[in-house]
Amino acid sequence: MAQAPPAADRRELERVVIRFAGDSGDGMQLTGDRFTSVSAVFGNDLATFPDYPAEIRAPAGTLAGVSAFQIHFADYDILTPGDQPSVLVAMNPAALKANLKDLISGGLLIVNTDAFDEKNLDKVGYPSNPLKDGSLGDYQVYEIPMTSMTIEAVKETGVTKKEAERSKNMFALGVLSWMYSRPLEGTIGWLEKKFAKKPALAQSNTAALKAGHAFGETAELSAFEVKPATLAPGTYRRITGNQALAYGLIAGSVQAKLPLFLASYPITPASDVLHELSRHKNFGVRTIQAEDEIAAAGMALGAAFSGHIGVTTTSGPGLDLKAETIGLAISVELPMIVVDVQRGGPSTGLPTKTEQSDLLQAMYGRHGESPLPIVAAYSPVSCFWAAIESCRIALKYMTPVILLTDGYLANSAEPWRITSVGKLPDISVEFASQPNAGEDFWPFLRDETTLARPWAIPGTAGLEHRIGGLEKADGTGNISYDPDNHHLMTQLRAAKIKVIEEDIEPLEFDADEGADTLILGWGGTYGAIGAAVRRLRARGRKIARAHLKHLNPFPKNTEQVLRRFDKIVIPEINTGQLARLIRAEYLIDVIQINKVRALPFRAGDLEQELLNIMGDK
Amino acid sequence: MAETEKALTGRGITEASSGVATLTRDDFASDQEVRWCPGCGDYAVLAAVQSIMPSLGIPREKVVFVSGIGCSSRFPYYMNTFGFHGIHGRAPAIATGVAAARPDLQVWVVTGDGDALSIGGNHFIHALRRNVNLKILLFNNQIYGLTKGQYSPTSEQGKVTKSTPFGSLEHPFNPVSLALGAEATFVARSIDVDRKHLPGMLSRAGAHRGSAFIEIYQNCNIFNDGAFSALTSKEGRTHNRIYLEHDKPIRFGPNDEKGVVMRSDGRAEIVDAKSVSADQLLVHDEHRDDPSLAFALSRLAELPTGPTPLGVFRDVQRPAYGDGMEHQLRQAAEQQGPGDLSRLLNSGDTWTVER
Repeated sequence: MAQAPPAADRRELERVVIRFAGDSGDGMQLTGDRFTSVSAVFGNDLATFPDYPAEIRAPAGTLAGVSAFQIHFADYDILTPGDQPSVLVAMNPAALKANLKDLISGGLLIVNTDAFDEKNLDKVGYPSNPLKDGSLGDYQVYEIPMTSMTIEAVKETGVTKKEAERSKNMFALGVLSWMYSRPLEGTIGWLEKKFAKKPALAQSNTAALKAGHAFGETAELSAFEVKPATLAPGTYRRITGNQALAYGLIAGSVQAKLPLFLASYPITPASDVLHELSRHKNFGVRTIQAEDEIAAAGMALGAAFSGHIGVTTTSGPGLDLKAETIGLAISVELPMIVVDVQRGGPSTGLPTKTEQSDLLQAMYGRHGESPLPIVAAYSPVSCFWAAIESCRIALKYMTPVILLTDGYLANSAEPWRITSVGKLPDISVEFASQPNAGEDFWPFLRDETTLARPWAIPGTAGLEHRIGGLEKADGTGNISYDPDNHHLMTQLRAAKIKVIEEDIEPLEFDADEGADTLILGWGGTYGAIGAAVRRLRARGRKIARAHLKHLNPFPKNTEQVLRRFDKIVIPEINTGQLARLIRAEYLIDVIQINKVRALPFRAGDLEQELLNIMGDK
Repeated sequence: MAETEKALTGRGITEASSGVATLTRDDFASDQEVRWCPGCGDYAVLAAVQSIMPSLGIPREKVVFVSGIGCSSRFPYYMNTFGFHGIHGRAPAIATGVAAARPDLQVWVVTGDGDALSIGGNHFIHALRRNVNLKILLFNNQIYGLTKGQYSPTSEQGKVTKSTPFGSLEHPFNPVSLALGAEATFVARSIDVDRKHLPGMLSRAGAHRGSAFIEIYQNCNIFNDGAFSALTSKEGRTHNRIYLEHDKPIRFGPNDEKGVVMRSDGRAEIVDAKSVSADQLLVHDEHRDDPSLAFALSRLAELPTGPTPLGVFRDVQRPAYGDGMEHQLRQAAEQQGPGDLSRLLNSGDTWTVER
């Protein structure tokens, strides 16, 4: 196999942002994923951003069918998948047209010239071939006939022409692997495993990969090196938000010593959590693909009634449908975890894109006074911790919890210094086992501190009791239409959520000495805000930032933190949902930065907006 | 003992309760005042359920009643077992969660024609399709009672109600046909006031592993009084009740003068028993795997306005959903070893950064 050229011949870079773009069927997600895996094992810090259409296979060669995968890797700790790629791999004219505007000026453009025929150019309305009309003068262009070279390279393996063509993504990966000195072994091993039952395909893909690598070397394409990042010592793995979330739910179950029960209906971008949890039955994890979103919520609640950790995972449209069941869970005071992987709305909206627009729905999207705790993940890895935290709160306070993540966090990958299981919190709770009111059992006799009611599960002799969505008397739990009792229960349900503020991490903030502007964020904007703050500090600006992980209740010190600063700026991928909550809760005005492009914020844009807001100070 | 039961025993759920054998009907009655309208058919069903519970030999704490919304859905409050009064139409979903999580429990669903067949139609058919270990009692009164008298999905076409002053345009469901279409493994029908028949049906449902469905004709004396008089009036009782019995020729009438034959086009038909030879009469087979015979019988009466079959239409065995799930968990633990969180977190491609 071709060896990577000696380091001396390679230009060293601190960081690179590559975007792989092609047709939905071109395997760009897979190519990006392999590049990511190899870069992770190599030791770079990295962040990824898969961006694909909702259509599984839109007509070949059209703009609608373009699928892209961006990876940012570096020799230092990075916070985002990068604003703009410095390298664009375009497998066809549609991919070029859809992505060129993002490529930095002077960036490297690698194109598959075989796909630039008249038909494909026509499909996306190129009047002339951009490879020939001089319109790409701003970029360094590598024109490589990837399809034909792949077909040539794999002809010995006996695969069909169609199969041969389909391995051109491996050729592209080979080229990039040579350019950025990524070893091939990991991917070859992966191909052998993936195509264990179709050895010819393993051979053809491997041949394409090697051919791409050899081409890079022979054609003397520019070669670079991005050294491993200096990361804290430990064992690392790469993880996406959805995977981290699934692992976090399993960890929650292990740490609570209770079985996990997931009922879910397939919905983008949440389905991967169902897929992942379905694989871990040896942990006693039960998974049901329910007949609909409502059923999924009902099943999770039924499981919670029976002593399991009941979970349902969904995205916006599904959260709409689950609202009534969540209200029931609030009324019967049972623990349940509802995960909402937010996507672009309203309605079907933008299923594969990201947004932060369900916060107010999580907060208020049910009839009646029906408060519940809201936890929000802020990075792919944090989904793990947010899941454990949601389990902890749900069990301890006997309440449904909504856990908000988003499409970006769900699919984005980053390295994770794997936590030691010994460091995970014990979140176990006691079931009721004895009568609590003389010889009787009162299902709504509350714990004085947490206000939680006892959890008496079927199978416990002597504690037979009935619960339901009708208003019940505090204590006995018997149906009650008494006006004063309803007032009391309404207050108790609110107080039970409020009291959680005593039991969650205070809001941390990171402020420069003398900073008067605080950037307050929540959810998936964490990385972009962090990167923007770094840039501002590099300019010598004084600034402070804080990121909320609990959206209801807010940490107890939130107001205190906010009042330290003159200006509070809240960037959100919505029209100002946290901003409304903060104003309403504290009567503190805030400055909003809102972009609802269904894409993560770009650090550069945020930096500019913040500079405008901060003025000369 | 089931896996989950093992995991939860000693932490709430008790090993096994004492005195199952000595339980009486009163042990299953809760201390709550029953609040159905005087004369409602629900009283008779409640009494029948409470009367058969001791004979099932299941400790009270292992029994769960789940319901949706509607008059019948108040049922769990009156049973001294575990109970969950849910939301409209969703009882089969909630109960599926209970039964799949805990195969050690006996789970009953009490629902009505609006609850099960209108707002909850989807959950109803899918629970039956999955064969979840549930006993589903559908109290069919062909009307919306709790909302004060609108037509229901089992009301007859032309029905004049508050919401259909010019008559309903809708064709009704036949709940037994629907359940058979969903391939429920146990399907039966009875009548609230049929004190001899209903307890037997309930007991058989209780003994069935998997989804057991019973349609119970239940008179709403306020909004739809007499809907089943063809089967409950003095004359109707003897003329129109077709009691299905396994392995017996289907005959009915005061002197068994009517019978059922299978026509060559696959339809069941009521005939004068004397008009055919004895061996031409249809012999009922509850256990026939193929549901078409049971379905043909369910079509003998689209609505209970004339001769109507009662009894067990179908009783076959298929693995119950929760049991299958438990089996997969056990198998996974055997093949992969019990879950090891540290191993899981450290799975996949990992790399180590040294000091």
